[in-house]
Amino acid sequence: MRALRANALIGGVLIGTVMIVAMIAALWTPYDPLAIDLLAKLKSPSAAHLFGTDEFGRDVLSRAMAGAAASGSIALFTVIGAVVIGTIVGVLAGFVRGWTDRVLMAFNDALLAFPGILLALAVMVIVGASRFGLILALTLAYAPSVVRVVRGTVLSLREKEYVEASRMIGNPEWLTMMRHVLPNCIAPVAVLSTSMFGWVLLSESALSFLGLGVAPPAPTWGNMLSGARSYLESAVWLGLAPGLCIALTLLGINLLGDALRDRLDPRMR
Amino acid sequence: MSETASFLRVEALRLVAERSGKAVVNDVSFDVRRGEFLAIVGESGSGKTMAARAILGLLPPGIRHAGGRITMDGTDLLGLAPDAMRRLRGAQIGMVFQEPMVSLNPAMRVGAQMAEGLKLHTNESDAQIRARILAMLGRVQIRDPQRCIDAWPHEFSGGMRQRIMLASVMLLKPALLIADEPTTALDTLTQGEVLDLMTELAREQGTAVLLITHNLGLVARYAQRVVVLCQGERVESGETDQVLRAPSHPYTQQLVDALPRRAPTQPSAHTPRPLIEARQLSVAFPVARRGWFGRAGTHIAVDAVDLTVHEGETVAVVGGSGSGKTTLGRAMLRLARASGGEVRFKGVPVASGGAALQQFRLACQLVFQDPYSSLNPRQRIAACVEEPLKLVPGMTAAQRAARVAEVLDEVGLAGYGPRFPHELSGGQRQRIAIARAIVRRPAFVVADEPVSALDMSIQAQVLALFQQLQKQHGFACLFISHDLAAVEQIADRVVVMEAGRIVEQGPRDDVFDRPQHAYTRALLAAAPIL
Repeated sequence: MRALRANALIGGVLIGTVMIVAMIAALWTPYDPLAIDLLAKLKSPSAAHLFGTDEFGRDVLSRAMAGAAASGSIALFTVIGAVVIGTIVGVLAGFVRGWTDRVLMAFNDALLAFPGILLALAVMVIVGASRFGLILALTLAYAPSVVRVVRGTVLSLREKEYVEASRMIGNPEWLTMMRHVLPNCIAPVAVLSTSMFGWVLLSESALSFLGLGVAPPAPTWGNMLSGARSYLESAVWLGLAPGLCIALTLLGINLLGDALRDRLDPRMR
Repeated sequence: MSETASFLRVEALRLVAERSGKAVVNDVSFDVRRGEFLAIVGESGSGKTMAARAILGLLPPGIRHAGGRITMDGTDLLGLAPDAMRRLRGAQIGMVFQEPMVSLNPAMRVGAQMAEGLKLHTNESDAQIRARILAMLGRVQIRDPQRCIDAWPHEFSGGMRQRIMLASVMLLKPALLIADEPTTALDTLTQGEVLDLMTELAREQGTAVLLITHNLGLVARYAQRVVVLCQGERVESGETDQVLRAPSHPYTQQLVDALPRRAPTQPSAHTPRPLIEARQLSVAFPVARRGWFGRAGTHIAVDAVDLTVHEGETVAVVGGSGSGKTTLGRAMLRLARASGGEVRFKGVPVASGGAALQQFRLACQLVFQDPYSSLNPRQRIAACVEEPLKLVPGMTAAQRAARVAEVLDEVGLAGYGPRFPHELSGGQRQRIAIARAIVRRPAFVVADEPVSALDMSIQAQVLALFQQLQKQHGFACLFISHDLAAVEQIADRVVVMEAGRIVEQGPRDDVFDRPQHAYTRALLAAAPIL
């Protein structure tokens, strides 16, 4: 129990820091994250530039701060979107069964058959490269796996005797679903969504790398990381800053997600 | 060595739970004589399974040996090296587990699983091993051993699997067979068959049997001596007859008293009106096709059954597993789709949907067998019991809260409202399930094996509670059970089902004292009664 609280605390501090930094970045950064200073390019970390500068002489710390807002909000909205859509579709398919299930799952499996990136690319081409487009594309790419997990959970839950008892009480089906099935899906969805957060951060960087994400020069952790690849030997700090940001954010999300799941489970209290 | 010499001695055995330091088994001593049938009796948490596992050196993680000795033929079992212990397991001491559905590896053919032990402990050739397995399968009355040896475990029913399990253990001719609740998951008929077989085989091979059970009826029928455990301590031991007829310890007395007994016949106060009637009710399930080109068939679980339950009456439906008794109960509540016939409630056919079905639902309730899966783990007790009331038109929140408190008090769990199900014991959960069923004052309750998952003394309490509530509120009850003793205590009328059909029905005393049908007689003969 004590270890659990410590985990929640560490997770909370990490995520809180990221959110605060993202908010500060909207008002103030040490340098303009887009200002090019060719005289100070590829400088190693110093008192003037805490995280050093990149190949155009832009301050890495300022870019990482500005990137927190972009990357964080994209990942957050994508995960929320995927979980909401995935849960609705999954519960419907698993609980109603029959033709609803077959049609929804055929569509879902078709989506799952595409590599996520390819699917996202297609969507981005249609809606255009923008932050909204990126969120929409990634949501569509990640929702199908949520559907799979939720449907599986619902299929096993709907055979539980308390679901039958609810029917026997005379509750309408939708109420049975909302009150007795949906709340018991929280644990697997919480686990999935925390790990999904990490995949989304990386997918965003992949799409940015392909030029379909947030358009450069605006910074995200993803495009900072992919930009750093060419200079890994000469300027390690370029990759280290966004890499550490991503790693620590993921750690925070995972710790917080586990704590949240346990907090929501009456058996763990 | 003489016939009565004890060869396994457990002396002052003490096992503790590592985390809490609490003793799970405390200062327990008993001995097993060569070739005898010894039973260890106790309720859940009495430490009976742990004591048996200690003999095999198979304590689960978190349980530690903290004192006492276990010797077999003079060898100290606790001091044995893991290697030597492994040679002993199977060859000298065999074990049969409770759950036949999971104790066989589903990915291994039956023959290969049975051969494992022989290959480990003997040097026989494959052909010899196969011949011995075939002989043993025949001995445990498996039809067509030739086919069985190459079949997969899932092709067999629970009773058959337990026979296979027994056969594979007895193949090695162990000196001691430990059977941990071997028949708890089986119905009465199969239970009798498996235990008879176990006794015969043990006698033939001179194997001593250590039976771990909570069922006193089985002890009376099979065991020569008995050890009674309560909360990790031995409270009584001795010859079975003596212990059960004249228990000296209050706990044993309490266990014996908890056995269901026939209640006096209740004279019906008024001319009973039919409450719910099944007419030619049938339920068929689709069966998956066999192989690629097989035909999808149907399995008829309930076959044109006529059954009437009168107001305030308790009708018991008994039968072995697969007899269709549970499906009949569900079909009468319209939880299972009937493939033919109809259900009438107060003389009116129950519609398959809409407002009429809702009215019917409001008047009927169901109590499930397993109290662990019948309560939503995320719902507090008060919310769970209140839920049925929310559908009663015109009931205010205050009225509902008052009714919930009243019902919780009736089932003896006043003040448990704010708790979650996992904070309750099995018996308490079953009381909550009963409270949920009766809170709306239903006219008809189906109770599907409501006590078979509970300990003996808890069973007695829950049965008594159920009877008292019935007297108080006057609901009719369809009591589905394979436990004839419980049926004898609670039922007004008894209906016997076999393979989806009713083979006999009548007043309780008639069915129990003058059974007409062969199947009823077989059921009664197999029932372990003191």
